[in-house]
Amino acid sequence: MAYTEEELKKELETKEYEYGFYTDIESDTFPKGLNEEVIIALSKKKEEPDWMTQWRLEAYRGWKEMIEPEWANIHYKKPDFQDISYYSAPNKKPKYNSLDEVDPELLNTFKRLGISIDEQKKLAGVAVDIVMDSVSVATTFKKTLAEKGIIFCSISEAIQEHPELVKKYIGTVVPPKDNFYAALNSAVFSDGSFCYIPKGVKCPMELSTYFRINQAGTGQFERTLVIADEGSYVSYLEGCTAPSRDENQLHAAVVELIALDDAEIKYSTVQNWFPGDKEGKGGVYNFVTKRGLCERNAKISWTQVETGSAITWKYPSCILKGDNSIGEFYSIAVTNNFQQADTGTKMIHLGKNTRSTIISKGISAGKSQNSYRGLVQVNSRAENARNFSQCDSLLMGNECGAHTFPYIEAKNKTAQIEHEATTSKIGEDQIFYCNQRGIDTEKAIALIVNGFSKEVLNKLPMEFAVEAQKLLEISLEGSVG
Amino acid sequence: MDLKEKLVSSFMAFENNVDVDHPVHDIRTEAIKNFEAKGFPTKKEEAWKYTSLNSVLKTDFSIFPKEENALEYHQVKKYFLHEIDTYKIVFIDGIYSSYLSETTHDGVDICLMSSALTKPMYKPVIDVYFNKAASNDESLTTLNTAFSREGAYIYIPKNKAPKKPVEIIHFATGNEASLMLQPRNLIIAEENAELQVIERHQSLTGNPVLTNSVTEIFAAKNAIVDYYKVQNDSEQATLIDNTYIAQKDKSVVNVHTFSFGGKLTRNNLNFYQHGEHIESTLKGVTILGEKQHVDHHTLVHHQQPNCESHQDYKGIYGEKSTGVFNGKIIVDKIAQKTNAFQQNNNVLISDQATVNTKPQLEIFADDVKCSHGCTIGQLDEDALFYLQSRGIPRKEATGLLMYAFANNVLESVRLPELKKRINKLIATKLGVRLGFDL
Repeated sequence: MAYTEEELKKELETKEYEYGFYTDIESDTFPKGLNEEVIIALSKKKEEPDWMTQWRLEAYRGWKEMIEPEWANIHYKKPDFQDISYYSAPNKKPKYNSLDEVDPELLNTFKRLGISIDEQKKLAGVAVDIVMDSVSVATTFKKTLAEKGIIFCSISEAIQEHPELVKKYIGTVVPPKDNFYAALNSAVFSDGSFCYIPKGVKCPMELSTYFRINQAGTGQFERTLVIADEGSYVSYLEGCTAPSRDENQLHAAVVELIALDDAEIKYSTVQNWFPGDKEGKGGVYNFVTKRGLCERNAKISWTQVETGSAITWKYPSCILKGDNSIGEFYSIAVTNNFQQADTGTKMIHLGKNTRSTIISKGISAGKSQNSYRGLVQVNSRAENARNFSQCDSLLMGNECGAHTFPYIEAKNKTAQIEHEATTSKIGEDQIFYCNQRGIDTEKAIALIVNGFSKEVLNKLPMEFAVEAQKLLEISLEGSVG
Repeated sequence: MDLKEKLVSSFMAFENNVDVDHPVHDIRTEAIKNFEAKGFPTKKEEAWKYTSLNSVLKTDFSIFPKEENALEYHQVKKYFLHEIDTYKIVFIDGIYSSYLSETTHDGVDICLMSSALTKPMYKPVIDVYFNKAASNDESLTTLNTAFSREGAYIYIPKNKAPKKPVEIIHFATGNEASLMLQPRNLIIAEENAELQVIERHQSLTGNPVLTNSVTEIFAAKNAIVDYYKVQNDSEQATLIDNTYIAQKDKSVVNVHTFSFGGKLTRNNLNFYQHGEHIESTLKGVTILGEKQHVDHHTLVHHQQPNCESHQDYKGIYGEKSTGVFNGKIIVDKIAQKTNAFQQNNNVLISDQATVNTKPQLEIFADDVKCSHGCTIGQLDEDALFYLQSRGIPRKEATGLLMYAFANNVLESVRLPELKKRINKLIATKLGVRLGFDL
């Protein structure tokens, strides 16, 4: 059977979103709209201290003055921020001590997603803090972590129990008025994860949180804060799947990473929110601000596999403040049908001997548009800064587009910066070579795509690689072997 | 009164001196409206993010020179490529100097824009080509269009090639305290025609000069155009050079830009490929010191299949200079089998120098080979050590390595005398004697 690229393309287009189902859980939802009262009510509902309420209000006032950015290479109908409900939580409270107490329907949802909490608990040693529509409903392995002094909980819990840490670090990397979406998030964030690794502690397991969007018309505003104290290490995983929806769902998350002296944070994301159907209807709007701060000898590594969302606007960045600090960014962005992705990174070199690596792989199919947008900035005091960037794009079909917008600014003569980008399609000769050796075209394409993204897939932690592969399959069925 | 207001109000005075019934005047009227609406670009615009015109625009430039100035050949001989015979189109403070020029109508037209715009025999050509490639939207280009009156006009008919290269030189005498010049060039190479042009802007004193130049180049089927821009002006000179190139099937256009001088230089170089099997080459060497600022803004728009483009820009930045490279390649959906390459290499030799580079690809076709590479670095310490160990002083060794760095841009210069001249300029700019005749 001759399996051509055209057929693959067709198959990709007709491939439906497998994980599109909807769980009916009674929820406690705010009426639509946003104003100061809503924020105060939200804050009160979460029993937050006064400083947090004020912080939110301050962000909201800043947000009101801001205009939605338009510079990204994406086109969409702007969300109506007054048509969104800013709070929704699964109703079954208080929290559970064991999995048996969890709503069986909820457990079933996770089962269909292929996430077996028990299995992961045993096999992978992953502590899963499941976030379903904003409020944490299940936390496992907390005890093991607590023994090491690691704090891993929802951010609302952290605000209650560790206000000194939250107060000290929240908004230090992504200030409340950083940008339009970050300001919105700061004002209305519903929940998220908080993680603190004490001095010199190597976190014994991969931490992961599964974010899901479940309630119709609910924007999800996650706030994640990860602090790695001096000499510590943590690997943090974040993965997402979302049910099918006709209405566009807004997601504006903020992730802040703080790596103090000699610390290392590895942050991996697999994002597979509903990308819209093949007419481009529906799908999640994903406007995320992710940023990490590296102190002396610290290292932050971002790895992302982006396959979902109708619109992706995401630039995980590293501020290399301390001397000898290292920033890394590994990304695969797959767009299909009418998806649009404008993603990349910022590497801000401030300290001496700072190093950064950017590997970005874009795959566009269908009628999608895939852009890389990045900034490498070497400031005048960043002696011996080193950067290597590589952005490769693979085009499948002639109706999609691949774009590259790298910004490189060097103010120091000892800086060494390299940037290279290529755009190509799968070569006829490559497929022919495989065919000649008895590998059929489908497998050949799979092989080539796999090879194309290998550099990034290799950076994912073992426990996550399987899921990443699963998610890639949905977007590029038949391409990933 | 700021410069924008001054320009807009001068337009009426300008109209008294041109034929307002000519169809070109409608284009000018439209253009001034656009400029009036848009004004000078600011750093808020993405295209001008790294270059600010503010310091330049503070100067009170005179828009029309008050008197005609003359120069003797021996005063300015060194600015010409005098080793070989060339056609020359020379302007002094924006006014044509017939004394220094050598034009021709022998088979080809190498003459003046002012005559092309006024004499009826040129009207058919002007109707077809004038302002057809230039932007009607970009404010500085439309400002030039509004005041377009003088410049070079070159028309090479089918199967013709002028006997010698053409030099277009603009001198600013400095007799005005500060002067704004807006030359407008139109260059047409018909089918199978061939042409070589060298363009230069030169101020003879340190008085500020602002040149806002627009050049339109049309290359018909199989035409070959080589265009060399030598930018080695005095330290008070600002040059905004807008070049628009429209190419048809199988044509070849090569543009080399050598930027060594000037206070602020902005090159907007735009290629539009309207046919198949086109080749476009954009190359540049930039060597800066002091507080110089050069911004290369290039666009190659691949609109048809099977075309190629090559870009190679090298920059060496010393003292407090700033270099900007903003290269954009657009490949349209139908432009399959496009090969587009872009390279930008920079060396920083001072702590206070800055490089901002932004190589962009916008690709809508799948069967293409597009790549860009960009580096910022220093000279190789090992190579320097090697040369020093062989008795070459560090300064000369540095010079040699920098020369080697810039050299592959020079390789494609097809006029040996020009190549020699550029080599000398590079050696002078780098402040080294290379020890061999280049």
